[in-house]
Amino acid sequence: MKDFIIPTSMDDRDMGTPARQGAPVTLTIDGFEVTVPEGTSVMRAAAEAGIQVPKLCASDNMEAWGSCRLCVVEIEGRRGTPASCTTPVAEGMAVRTQSSKVKKIRKGVMELYISDHPLDCLTCSANGDCELQDMAGAVGLRDQRYESGRNHYDPLGIGTLAAGDIRARTRDTAEDLGNPEYIPQDQSNPYFTYDPSKCIVCSRCVRACEEVQGTFALTIEGRGFESRVSAGAAGDDFMASDCVSCGACVQACPTASLQEKSIIELGTPERSVITTCAYCGVGCSFKAELNGDELVRMVPYKHGKANRGHSCVKGRFAYGYANHKDRILSPMIRDRIDEPWREVNWDEALTFAAQRMRGLQERYGKKSIGVITSSRCTNEETYLVQKLTRAVFGNNNTDTCARVCHSPTGYGLGQTFGTSAGTQDFDSVEDTDVIILIGANPTDAHPVFASRMKKRLRAGAKIIVIDPRKIDLVRSAHIEASHHLPLRPGTNVAVVSALAHVIVTEGLMDEAFIRERCDWEEFSEYAEFISDPRHSPEATELLTGVPAADLREAARLFATGGNGAIYYGLGVTEHSQGSTTVIGIANLAMLTGNIGRRGVGVNPLRGQNNVQGSCDMGSFPHELPGYRHVKNDDVRDIYREVWGVEIDNEPGLRIPNMLDAAVEGTFKGLYCQGEDILQSDPDTKHVAAGLAAMECVIVHDLFLNETANYAHVFLPGSTFLEKDGTFTNAERRINRVREVMKPLNGYADWEVTQLLANAMGAGWHYTHPSQIMDEIALTTPSFAGVSYDVLEEKGSVQWPCNEAHPEGTPLMHVDGFMRGKGRFIVTEYVATEEKSGPRFPLLLTTGRILSQYNVGAQTRRTANSEWHHEDLLEIHPHDAELRGIKDGQWIKLASRSGETTLRAKISERMSTGVVYTTFHHPDTQANVITTDYSDWATNCPEYKVTAVQVSHSNGPTDWQEAYNAQAAQSRRILPAAE
Amino acid sequence: MQPTPPIPTDDEIDAILMPHKGREGPLLPMLHGLQAEYGHIPAPAISRIAHIMNMTRAEVHGVVSFYHDFREKPAGRHVVKICCAEACQSVGGDVMVEETLAKLGLDWHATTPNGALTVEPVYCLGLCACGPAAMVDGKVVGRLDAPRLERILTEAGA
Repeated sequence: MKDFIIPTSMDDRDMGTPARQGAPVTLTIDGFEVTVPEGTSVMRAAAEAGIQVPKLCASDNMEAWGSCRLCVVEIEGRRGTPASCTTPVAEGMAVRTQSSKVKKIRKGVMELYISDHPLDCLTCSANGDCELQDMAGAVGLRDQRYESGRNHYDPLGIGTLAAGDIRARTRDTAEDLGNPEYIPQDQSNPYFTYDPSKCIVCSRCVRACEEVQGTFALTIEGRGFESRVSAGAAGDDFMASDCVSCGACVQACPTASLQEKSIIELGTPERSVITTCAYCGVGCSFKAELNGDELVRMVPYKHGKANRGHSCVKGRFAYGYANHKDRILSPMIRDRIDEPWREVNWDEALTFAAQRMRGLQERYGKKSIGVITSSRCTNEETYLVQKLTRAVFGNNNTDTCARVCHSPTGYGLGQTFGTSAGTQDFDSVEDTDVIILIGANPTDAHPVFASRMKKRLRAGAKIIVIDPRKIDLVRSAHIEASHHLPLRPGTNVAVVSALAHVIVTEGLMDEAFIRERCDWEEFSEYAEFISDPRHSPEATELLTGVPAADLREAARLFATGGNGAIYYGLGVTEHSQGSTTVIGIANLAMLTGNIGRRGVGVNPLRGQNNVQGSCDMGSFPHELPGYRHVKNDDVRDIYREVWGVEIDNEPGLRIPNMLDAAVEGTFKGLYCQGEDILQSDPDTKHVAAGLAAMECVIVHDLFLNETANYAHVFLPGSTFLEKDGTFTNAERRINRVREVMKPLNGYADWEVTQLLANAMGAGWHYTHPSQIMDEIALTTPSFAGVSYDVLEEKGSVQWPCNEAHPEGTPLMHVDGFMRGKGRFIVTEYVATEEKSGPRFPLLLTTGRILSQYNVGAQTRRTANSEWHHEDLLEIHPHDAELRGIKDGQWIKLASRSGETTLRAKISERMSTGVVYTTFHHPDTQANVITTDYSDWATNCPEYKVTAVQVSHSNGPTDWQEAYNAQAAQSRRILPAAE
Repeated sequence: MQPTPPIPTDDEIDAILMPHKGREGPLLPMLHGLQAEYGHIPAPAISRIAHIMNMTRAEVHGVVSFYHDFREKPAGRHVVKICCAEACQSVGGDVMVEETLAKLGLDWHATTPNGALTVEPVYCLGLCACGPAAMVDGKVVGRLDAPRLERILTEAGA
């Protein structure tokens, strides 16, 4: 890792090789005694003792390689000069890292490296941040005695280029200038360049791609002098290869060979701030590196406990939206949505909004307005928004996008285990033997965790994939699922029950665990229910399409294969029986005793950076922060005391109910923070009708999103780079978000909410988000031990964090379930109302792709669109042929709800009868198609099953045209009068 | 000019690859099989091997490009591999070979325009006792001198 330029604490050093666990071994290095675990390399032991052995090919996030020969040392009693990176420590070993012999070797090695390297350091983009440069200094290289000859760096021919020659800078030209060894730069990737002339062939990039990311997109081609790094096969560049642009290779490169384009353009950074990524629920820690207030690059933070120094293309590179020209920085208002926007100052906008909202309450009642909190905003901001509705509006009309994603997780795990969250930390996967993955596609949606999962799979763990699509984890380089159960969309419950049926009827359950940890009577009832032959794989096969024999084998593997962990995503929850499937998953984990230790557990992969946090913070209409029901008098008392107002004891409206009530005319005003319900929520036409019927829609966002087309007030939002706060990731980890730069719009989102509340007469006076966290800790038992001081000290904590768990809780239910006894609940399969038939014979399911994120408000405004610039409909070749559809053709996708057009992508990843698309682009409006069916317990919409028909198309649908016209009309802005 | 070889179909490639699939370390046998059939490793085969072996194209490319023996394009009808290792050099092989190639206008690794001949260096054929040595279409020859090498090369079509 390039950690030489920015002064950091000792802890950030690259230790050279990975840490080991083992019995202590004591040795001396340069006379200093050091004790390290058995298996540690001499290089790492030296680093522990504070001695940095020169190195080029070693890095502590990958296994030792031993190729650069710079780290040679002398060991007493051993012959020769072994490489310290590949030599493990031994008891009593005496190592000398500096002797005349090793110094001479190192100098000689460096001289050879430099003999084939362009010495244009002063104009090189890695100047000051180059390990080759550092090592030349460290070994005291003062001369380069080799005559010029064959080389890789001089485009003009052999030996004509003097060091520092101005022509060195023209190396990005592709013309043949006479040197057959010279390869021009590969600039195909939008975020980084590959300059082979600066490559020292240390293989760090190749190993990072393999060991850290697990994509295997890179190789060393050729041998000897011809050896070069190659992305993909002959003739490929980075974009044509399998590269997923995670940035691990760029981070690993010790020279400027792989370099961020932002560094080339802006220079090396001078300061850095540790913060948390605002994309998915993995919650990676990043070092934001800056010059002044200009963000130069984002580098995954080595000590981030969620990502352990790794990143994906979104967090690492896709931050350009923060400065995009589309960003709105001035508040805007309008009387009616068919008028153009008027730019106004903050005072005017807030007064306008406050008066309208209060006016609506006067005319239509206290409960006629509400809020939608954002899972993209911080815990503190979310807490304030729900406080706004509860303490200022005086009702419980608050809901959040978790409604449309993981609300069934909250319900299902709450009912069975007693907590509405995943049971493990991400590290836990390192001890897992068998993974069941249901309805999740981590390599696209949670890429950094997927890399860790793949690493574990390559080390021998097994995986069972339950998904209608052949996702990457079914089979990709060096990963192959033991079983892929390609179920028909909508039959999750039947499949999960069939797995449980096999485990119970074949006696594979962990009876001791169940007797000790669960309610035995409830289990007995459940066992009787699940043993019924109607749940057998043979009986459900017709329904689910999953071959019975395969399912039986999978169940046996999970029950008997050691530590079993279940990971799942929205393919489980976004169904009419989403909650039932979550309960079924909890049942499976309890049946097999896979709860309460490392390597096991039930792990919902949460979609958004802070969807766990937004749920924790009381965003739901029936729950105050910490999942405590509003009917609970004791809980309301706590808030009455702190907030000084009476809390309504009636649950408020959920998002779908708000929209229904709006259409009916009883819900009139909405404050929507950082969420684009028009694009993300199901049945777009209904959402549009609901919004259009409201009299005051306040959108608080970075961009004029689709929802803003129906808004009367637009309050500019701030990005995650512009505020302090915390995000809570999928493993319940509370990570600090730190202000990297001042808000471009003038206020962080929590300040805007406070201003709005105060305009409505609240009298709040928070001056820093830490005070909001203190209030959360004061009022919420599971957060009682959390404060910014604690987070500063520990880096991050996982809730519950309180007196009973002062260090936080990496693993839940260790000594017993939170609710006491684990509860088995019967899971009867009820087919969804949404069925394919003659008119709509195909089933549509939706999902995400790696380079884009959700409604794409951010990623569409970055170069990530080079990978995915439009939504495509994936269709099996058989279904396509039947309809005469060719790859890339425009097609019409129609359901009972509506129709849209997009292009087809013929793919054998699909099963026949199932089609798939993403929902990243507003032009497509995939949610025009989805229906308003929803989960029975939580109203989570059934995105994952819609009966559709696919046919030829010759242009946008009427809806698309009408919508686009309305959107264009609605986005007009009149600048503020001077 | 050489005729462009027909691009083999996936089925034809698979027929060569599949018999090796269950073997230990099947990649090299697969590549040898392809080279024996086509005289080179056809580009589509890289993807097929990657698919069958559950590797990436980059990894297969890394192996193919490591071994000079595996070629990405077909060679000439005759391949003459001339030993350039130390023992043959010590008996004057290096000078003799360079002079002969220069005389005939041949380049290392290159194929003659008529498609008849490819000349390649090889590093030790194990014939050190009777160097300078070469291998002509798989058959070894020893005790080369300039006239003999020239005859071999011209007979092959140089």
